[in-house]
Amino acid sequence: MTISHSNSMLIGVGNPFLSDDGAGLAIVRLLRGQIPPGMKCVEETGDGAELLDAWKGSEYVILIDAIQSGAPPATIYRFDARTESLPAWFSHASTHTFGVAEAIELARHMDELPSKLIVYGIEGLDFSPGTEISPEVAEALPAISRLILREIVKLSAVRMAKSV
Amino acid sequence: MSAKSVKVDLLTRVEGEGGFHVKIRDQQVQASAVRIFEPPRFFEAFLRGRKFSEAPDITARICGICPVAYQMSACQAVEDAFEVQIDAATRELRRLLYCGEWIESHALHIYLLHAPDFLGYENVIQMAKDHPDAVQRGLRLKKIGNTLMTVVGGREIHPINVKVGGFYRVPEKRQLLDLGDELKWARDTAVETAHWAAGFSFPEFERNYEFVALHHPQEYAIQEGRLVSNRGLDIPISEYEQHFAEDHVQHSNALHSTDLEHGAYFVGPLARFNLNFEFLSPLAQATAKESGLGRECRNPFQGIVVRAVELVYACDEALRIISRYEAPERPFVEVVARVGTGHGCTEAPRGILYHKYRFDEHGLILSAKIVPPTSQNLKTIEEDLTEFVSSRLHLPKDRLQWQCEQAVRNYDPCISCATHSLKVWVDRK
Repeated sequence: MTISHSNSMLIGVGNPFLSDDGAGLAIVRLLRGQIPPGMKCVEETGDGAELLDAWKGSEYVILIDAIQSGAPPATIYRFDARTESLPAWFSHASTHTFGVAEAIELARHMDELPSKLIVYGIEGLDFSPGTEISPEVAEALPAISRLILREIVKLSAVRMAKSV
Repeated sequence: MSAKSVKVDLLTRVEGEGGFHVKIRDQQVQASAVRIFEPPRFFEAFLRGRKFSEAPDITARICGICPVAYQMSACQAVEDAFEVQIDAATRELRRLLYCGEWIESHALHIYLLHAPDFLGYENVIQMAKDHPDAVQRGLRLKKIGNTLMTVVGGREIHPINVKVGGFYRVPEKRQLLDLGDELKWARDTAVETAHWAAGFSFPEFERNYEFVALHHPQEYAIQEGRLVSNRGLDIPISEYEQHFAEDHVQHSNALHSTDLEHGAYFVGPLARFNLNFEFLSPLAQATAKESGLGRECRNPFQGIVVRAVELVYACDEALRIISRYEAPERPFVEVVARVGTGHGCTEAPRGILYHKYRFDEHGLILSAKIVPPTSQNLKTIEEDLTEFVSSRLHLPKDRLQWQCEQAVRNYDPCISCATHSLKVWVDRK
């Protein structure tokens, strides 16, 4: 028995020109060929309005973003956005636009959250202009992507079990 | 002695980092300062030595909300210097792209940034709890602006399709017609938006401003025109620097621009509405009337309604351009560089955006000057705060602070634009 993955989505968020801010995008690129066929895979800048639009129609969403919480580089955070709000330090909303945390709260209030939304935060070290991810973060990316792939496979298995 | 102050260290719901401080002594406002501490970005300095063709894309990076304005003012200035005449069809397509930016920027400001002030919420997330439909409306309107920018400009933030002389490629008529239904929805919703905003309550506050905007004899000026004001200014944009000057004030990393004759001045939707009302489309004019606006509006708090009227106009204008659109025969005209100076001035969503470049014989930039709308409004914002607070000293502090923040947001200030440059003085003995 197979299930369709067309209602599931992997979202990488970041700016590839701000060094480690591109970590979420780098992980999505590593995972592109490995995720189940049909699962959508997109790269976003982190603009909240765009995110709300991107996940519209998807029920199962995994989002990966680089963060600055002060923890050691490559520290991984995982949040189940249906059941908890992201911590304040996840928010790097500037102001005129709004970011990932704000988009999630806005969607929650408007009843527009996907039925499953898992958010991964990858601690970055260097957010200065540049296209290279710092070595401390880069060397952890393959392991982090394997971890996320395991979650995707698990999610898929749970859905399959439910559909039987 | 009684001492009191209204101080906001970091103002939210504006682009960039700034705050303000109103100092009150002996029941009198002593000073109002919009403090801008976002670091300067030196765009004018690093444009020097770059090729003319890079100016639109480099300056677009000054702002993610109004990149088209930077591209349009830069193209106009380069084309002015090299005496390039663009095709009429290209001009229309640029206007369409600009409409997309107005729709996106105005929808964002009205619904996500300014409406929470009027409805009594800290931010749009709180507002969405009680007004989910309004937030959905705002997001959908913003999206339509972004889509228009993507179809014409290649992508929605920092479009990549604009070049000096025209576009790299032009859209097919079919692609634009496909946007028709969504734009018609947007136009209807913009009318609804104006009626909705007209129902907010506005502090009674009017000042005798000098409004400055572009003026064009045949249309609501967006892309070009003469600079006019309600105090008799009527000049070609090439004389901009003879009438306006920028000063560095200690508390701000953004320069303050003033009219050399009259001092502070006011640019943006209110200025355009007051100076160019007769060029708004009939629907936009009717919407203004139904929304309780007279022929002139001098209350900056009503700027949210005026912005909605311009939203109606931008949708109307986009539909007009699309209905008549025929893809230009050539996407761009050839540009030959030469020694020269060029001026550009267009109406960014927040007001006039002035560019001036000097080029050498190879088309390399020798000097650049950029004056964004927020720099031009800063002095007026400070004067508003002084006068606003002076007549409301009796209000409780939190109420006063709330209204002051609202007063700053009337101008939809973009601090990131305003800090694109800073003059540095070195005091050496």
